[in-house]
Amino acid sequence: MAFAAFATTEAQPQAPKRKSRIALFLLLPGILYLVLFFLTPLISLILTSLQAPAEFGDIGQYSYAFNWQNYVTVVQQYLPHILRSFGYALAATVFALLFSYPLAYFIGVKARRWPLLQSLMLVLVIAPFFISFLLRTLAWKQLLSDESFIITSLKALSLMAPDAHFTGTPFAVIFGLTYNFIPFMTLPLYTTLERLDTRYLEAGSDLYANPFTVFRKITIPLSMPGIVAGTLLTFIPAAGDYVNASRDFLGGPDTQMMGNVIEANFLVLLNYPAAAALSIILMAAILVLVSIYVKRSGTEDLL
Amino acid sequence: MIRALIAQARQAQVNRRTLLAGAGAGASALALAACSTGGAGKPSPAADTSSTDKTLNWANWAAYIDEDDNGDYPTLVAFADETGIEVNYEVAVDDNNTYYGKVKDQLALGQDIGADTVCLTDWMVGRWIRFGYTQELDHANIPNLSNLTPALQNPDFDPGRKFSLPWQGGFAGICWNKEAIPGGLASVADLWNSELKGRVGVLSEMRDTMGLIMLENGVDIAGEWGDAEYTEAIEILREQVENGQVRNIKGNSYLEDLKSEDTLAAICWSGDITVINAEAGDKWEFAIPTAGGTLWNDNFLVPIGSPRKANAEALMNYYYEPEVAAEVAAWVNYITPVVGAQEAAAAIDPELAENQLIFPNEETLSQAHIFRTLTGAEEQKYQAEFQSILLGA
Repeated sequence: MAFAAFATTEAQPQAPKRKSRIALFLLLPGILYLVLFFLTPLISLILTSLQAPAEFGDIGQYSYAFNWQNYVTVVQQYLPHILRSFGYALAATVFALLFSYPLAYFIGVKARRWPLLQSLMLVLVIAPFFISFLLRTLAWKQLLSDESFIITSLKALSLMAPDAHFTGTPFAVIFGLTYNFIPFMTLPLYTTLERLDTRYLEAGSDLYANPFTVFRKITIPLSMPGIVAGTLLTFIPAAGDYVNASRDFLGGPDTQMMGNVIEANFLVLLNYPAAAALSIILMAAILVLVSIYVKRSGTEDLL
Repeated sequence: MIRALIAQARQAQVNRRTLLAGAGAGASALALAACSTGGAGKPSPAADTSSTDKTLNWANWAAYIDEDDNGDYPTLVAFADETGIEVNYEVAVDDNNTYYGKVKDQLALGQDIGADTVCLTDWMVGRWIRFGYTQELDHANIPNLSNLTPALQNPDFDPGRKFSLPWQGGFAGICWNKEAIPGGLASVADLWNSELKGRVGVLSEMRDTMGLIMLENGVDIAGEWGDAEYTEAIEILREQVENGQVRNIKGNSYLEDLKSEDTLAAICWSGDITVINAEAGDKWEFAIPTAGGTLWNDNFLVPIGSPRKANAEALMNYYYEPEVAAEVAAWVNYITPVVGAQEAAAAIDPELAENQLIFPNEETLSQAHIFRTLTGAEEQKYQAEFQSILLGA
């Protein structure tokens, strides 16, 4: 992180020493908002996750308790879904990075000479956002259904087994996640690559580094903030996503992720403690994974 | 700048005041969180203001009432002319479970859920009645109740129809794509034919899918049955899902799979097939399996917090007039519970009155069975087993 070192040697502005009552007063609306809309639901969620079935209760009736075994039960019961969620999210993040990096590099670096092309391509990246992602996912489901042109052509070319199908498979879910989160990966990458000082690259090749070494030693470290931001923006929502894996969209019975399990427990089984415990586990797991990732990639300054 | 603020935050020591402030925030959040749970007792009905308030909010499912090209509902317009009650008809129910999830906390507190009458399926109505979430109907306000078909007068969840009245009903059976399967299907076992591997859909509504499989196994789903019969049926479903015979398990959106031909045969609802045949070309056929199909009804009920019960009763009375019922049936293609509607329909269109899926005769009805009401414990157990298949391993 040699380049980061330059940045941190700049004189830091002095932190205000005295506590200001006005600052506290100005923060009050924000604090109230957080207490009301973040802290309260969170505590409610924790309390719910520890509930036990009410005595002689009907379906969906629970009473407050300290039933921590709920956590053990859901992990035992839904471990495959937990692992699958993170597995799919990881795969989607990697694919999104592989697709987005060249795209962002082209828009941010190569297309600098043609500002019109640059902005046109940015619009193309953002344009899908104008349509609800539910609709776009449903459209993919139609495009890739068994009797669709794409799938029948692939089968005619023997690229797919005659009885194989695409929708309802893990591949379809990862495809959907990747597709839906590509803009979240591309935009942060673009913002860092757009500021990439190409003179560093020239200096690298002047010093007899081959293009690959230049890319590995200069471009990647300089775009690290974009990579970290993009992967976080993709991984976190992808791990909790329940639309792509839903049986109504691209998933099938053997591709259900944690979000779908939470939904089923909450709406159908009325097992609120299990749904709450799974939500807390999902949050905690993401928090732990993300902090390890940020620590390892040496980009704490971002946060 | 942000870094400076963080540095400052780190320097700040946790003194007594911040600790107290933190504890205060925590306690108030806790108090708020505790508010979110309903009381244990049953809620009491709201006072009826129908005599002064001539409006009514009706929450119902999509495509479940007659509609003209302008998006108006002709029978509701006529109802407003007749009684002076303006009905606000909302397509608010998409699924029994999600609707329940949306309104259950308000119901437990006895609050108005924004609907004065809702049409929900038998088993869900049973739950509302058990929990005391519905108001008792005053039969004196519904003289047309005498038109209710005898078979539906005493369901096990509401003997004597004190709390609910049927709106429309339907069959769950099997359907298939006529072009892909010219020979047609006769029974649920035909769905497990290896030629249809990966092209079969089943419903995510437990009572319909499991009901059909149990009927195929020779179980009387309306009568006494228990764990053994259920387990036997669920093992069949599990095997067919795990070996890939069943492509997907869905709610209302199974129609999309039929249209896109991801599924060529499915367990499905009778009225839907008439609708997609009209929409996407006459390609599908519905049949009640040889071993029998399930019969379900969606029922009017008045939520506990509604202040407009008498208006809701006036509406129910209106839809129990045979002519009105026939008008609705002609549009929605489901079974009407109103005696005399068939004769009224014959006056509109004789062919309509012969349609077995709208006006089933004794013979058709003898093939259809109602899934018995489950106790809370059974519901939890059987749903958990069913969901474990839907969620996969």
